[in-house]
Amino acid sequence: MSHTVNHESILGKFPGTNWDQEAGALIVPAVQAKEIATWLRDNDAFLLDYCSNVTGVDYLECEVKEKVTKEDGTVETVTRTEPSRMDVVYHLYSMQKQTGPLVFKQRTNREQPEVESLTPVWRSCELQEREVFDLFGVNFKSHPDQRRILMWDEFEGHPMRKDYTEPFDYEWEPTPHDEILEKHQRGKVIV
Amino acid sequence: MGPHHPSTHGVFRMDVKLDGETVVDLQPVFGYLHRNHEKLAENMSYLGSMPFTDRLDYFNSMTNNWAYALAAEKLVEIEVPERADYLRVIMAELTRLVNHVSLVGFFINDLGALGTPLLYAFREREKILDLFEQASGARMMCNYFRFGGLRNDVPEGWLDRARDVVDHFPVFLDEYEQLLCENEIILSRTQGVGCLSRDLAISAGITGPMLRASGVNYDIRKVDKYSIYDRFQFRVPYTDGNVGDCYDRFMVRMLEMRESIRILKQALDGIGDGPVLGNAPKVFKPKPAEVYGRVEAPKGELGFYLIADGTPKPYRYRVRPPSLINLTVLRDMCLGQKVADAVIILGSIDIVLGEVDR
Repeated sequence: MSHTVNHESILGKFPGTNWDQEAGALIVPAVQAKEIATWLRDNDAFLLDYCSNVTGVDYLECEVKEKVTKEDGTVETVTRTEPSRMDVVYHLYSMQKQTGPLVFKQRTNREQPEVESLTPVWRSCELQEREVFDLFGVNFKSHPDQRRILMWDEFEGHPMRKDYTEPFDYEWEPTPHDEILEKHQRGKVIV
Repeated sequence: MGPHHPSTHGVFRMDVKLDGETVVDLQPVFGYLHRNHEKLAENMSYLGSMPFTDRLDYFNSMTNNWAYALAAEKLVEIEVPERADYLRVIMAELTRLVNHVSLVGFFINDLGALGTPLLYAFREREKILDLFEQASGARMMCNYFRFGGLRNDVPEGWLDRARDVVDHFPVFLDEYEQLLCENEIILSRTQGVGCLSRDLAISAGITGPMLRASGVNYDIRKVDKYSIYDRFQFRVPYTDGNVGDCYDRFMVRMLEMRESIRILKQALDGIGDGPVLGNAPKVFKPKPAEVYGRVEAPKGELGFYLIADGTPKPYRYRVRPPSLINLTVLRDMCLGQKVADAVIILGSIDIVLGEVDR
């Protein structure tokens, strides 16, 4: 297996970052993302020159049950609401040192998702960030060519989001019944 | 150059701006084969998306299966029995042979040798596809891998037939090399065409034979040492990175085929008896975790990023497609070349639209 990258020094040098132990990932605020990425690529300890995978993950608001151990030893199940968010995940490797991966996440909200584009740092992000824009709707600031890549240009909506509903564009039915009748009565029919 | 074109290796469109015959600008347009495989997988069980992975890169279904099985096995930590590992390596290297030989055939086809080298290549490919059919029941969409091993053992006599194919392959490769590698037309049309520098290749995330032709010694079989690849002795062909043109990519693939035959011989000698399926849980319900598993597919690095959330369906399923990422540099390589060269450069990148679009 390739050698994992030690993340402790990154947390020390850039105080805004967090380490998510469960996911094994570095959470980076969007403001510092390009600075940290450039540092990771050029610093001799890391030399992470190869960005392998860029993807988006959509998290809706959900309730999480956690077991909390109180001071007197009893275990209680606490429900808390995990806020919604959208992550852009980067997997970074070093070709020169043959180490990796370091998982790097930029976190943003779902209403107006905006992150910093890392295309100036690693060219491989170019097409993959376009795909995240196309399928999730995340706006990458300073991306050289942000437009839809897999769906056609006039398409509305972002298919990979968890709350995406398909448009009702069935062809006109002369005698609709059951499900199709319900859909005709509910939504508009594109003839 | 629209999506319906004999040389675009599938439904792929290139908007090319020309000045006479020279390419001034080039924009690739794809998405014609987008089936939203990633969203489909979120609604299916983990094992249910295994047949869909066959359809990603439809030439190399075995490797796609293996990448997915590797990622899922990392999530749950299943032991794979040794015979299954050997058979997996044999299937993967046979797939590499199939892919490289078809690619060379299609590449020469794009150059204008209409059909003959391609059908010579397909003649050998048929023998390997017969082997796949005997083992898994299907020629191309094999759906052969399972989490923890393989679906079923190979039939009796399969290993001897595989050995026959592997023994004959170098004879065919010698004939092929003799006809092609010193051919004047190929030399003059592919040398100096579509040069890719080393730094751009690393930055653009290029992997596979294209990266090695640009001078970087990075092969995931040697770096990650997944499965039992550290038991086999094989070399990784790469150039010194001065040129990185189409001819380099062509030659790297020819040399890789020889190395694959070497691995195959060692694997066929070393394979032992035993079960082919480990103890995978009946209902595959991994604990919440994230994993990224990658293999050295014939086209590049094929990776699967899985996020599990404790249910039988994946929360996020992502395919890292080598063909799509290798297309990042298409424009850079084609600027200043002629239109006919743009076709050859696209041929040397080795794309399959099933993977680009998913």
